[in-house]
Amino acid sequence: MAHDHSHDHHDHHHHDHDHSELSETQLRVRALETVLTEKGYVEPAALDAIIETYETKIGPRNGARVVAKAWTDPSFKQALLADASKAIGTLGHVSRVGDHLIAVENTPQRHNMVVCTLCSCYPWEMLGLPPVWYKAAPYRSRAVKDPRGVLDDFGVTLPSDTEIRVWDSTAETRFLVLPMRPAGTEGWSEEQLAEIVTRDSMIGTGLPDPQVKVK
Amino acid sequence: MNGVHDMGGMDGFGKVDAEPNEPVFHHDWEGRVMAMVRAVGANGGLNIDAQRFAREMLPPEVYLTSSYYQKWFLAFERMLLDRNMIAADESDAGHSLKPSPSLKRGKFSLADVTRVETRGSFARETQSSPVFKPGDRVRTRNINPVTHTRLPRYARDKVGVIERINGCHVFPDTNAHDKGENPQWLYTLVFEGRELWGDDADPSLKVSIEAFEPYLEPL
Repeated sequence: MAHDHSHDHHDHHHHDHDHSELSETQLRVRALETVLTEKGYVEPAALDAIIETYETKIGPRNGARVVAKAWTDPSFKQALLADASKAIGTLGHVSRVGDHLIAVENTPQRHNMVVCTLCSCYPWEMLGLPPVWYKAAPYRSRAVKDPRGVLDDFGVTLPSDTEIRVWDSTAETRFLVLPMRPAGTEGWSEEQLAEIVTRDSMIGTGLPDPQVKVK
Repeated sequence: MNGVHDMGGMDGFGKVDAEPNEPVFHHDWEGRVMAMVRAVGANGGLNIDAQRFAREMLPPEVYLTSSYYQKWFLAFERMLLDRNMIAADESDAGHSLKPSPSLKRGKFSLADVTRVETRGSFARETQSSPVFKPGDRVRTRNINPVTHTRLPRYARDKVGVIERINGCHVFPDTNAHDKGENPQWLYTLVFEGRELWGDDADPSLKVSIEAFEPYLEPL
């Protein structure tokens, strides 16, 4: 379906072929910010700070540290699976965690995948802002019906007898997938392990690969 | 509402197209929109459920052809207009032209930023006990409200098993319409793939939703 595919690209390559519409949006956004500032609703510096937080402080490295810790510390893993918000709250180095976070463990018998079919619910504090594909129609429509097809789009194939459990985030509970620690990482430090934990592996659309480090 | 936002199980949208090394924002204005929505949402009492409903109310053709932050922007502007927080001529002029009521919690300033970096809690105290317990088989109701709901179409009138109780939470179906938080018990409810998609479904598939108690009836 060539049309659908080009539609996918519409989101992220918008600037390449749609200059007029983009500048229109840009102008309207700027105008609205001026109105809200003049009304005393917002302080532009506070908006800068929110943006900076999501560009530099809150991202998938937060989740990666949690996963690496769970891979090396069995009592932390147990606490994480029992109450993720509470367990992560005890780690000083991960930024504030909101309530209602649930960690779900991948095993040889079961693979977990997270979606929000109705909008874009995502564990921001652990993974940062969601990527475009997570918020777009192809993933949201197909994840609950054909998750193996979706995994195939990501180049992931699982044994046919592995249970696929899809978590549709229809309320304020949030889900973090705890991927399986890959073979070939025996003796690695927590820091080394954190480097191979990808964002997608914590959504359930990827698997950590000891050969591939995340920058 | 039965809108195009309720996408679970729809066909024809094509493959998932993941962009390698995707930036947090693709354009500066996207960050401005995200930050404005968070800021005015937090201090102006635009609750998350009302925000979601505003996005769902975008015309279907707009919803399907706009980028994510364009949807945020359009719905945000709509909410500000509907609540008389701005006027149409002001957004056109790009300036405030008349006084407006202050935000409930005052101007959103630097001191407020840490507050929006942590998600709020949606659990509420209650005197009631949950009607269902883990292991119970229940049927989801066949509801089709034109208002906001978090029971997706694909999971209506289906039999599932309660897996866990997640506390008593703000009920989006009323909160989105400023009809109160009306807290309800929230469950993780698991369905077999075949219950949702029929005999041709992948036998290894299980899907869970987060289901509020009013969505459920005992079997």
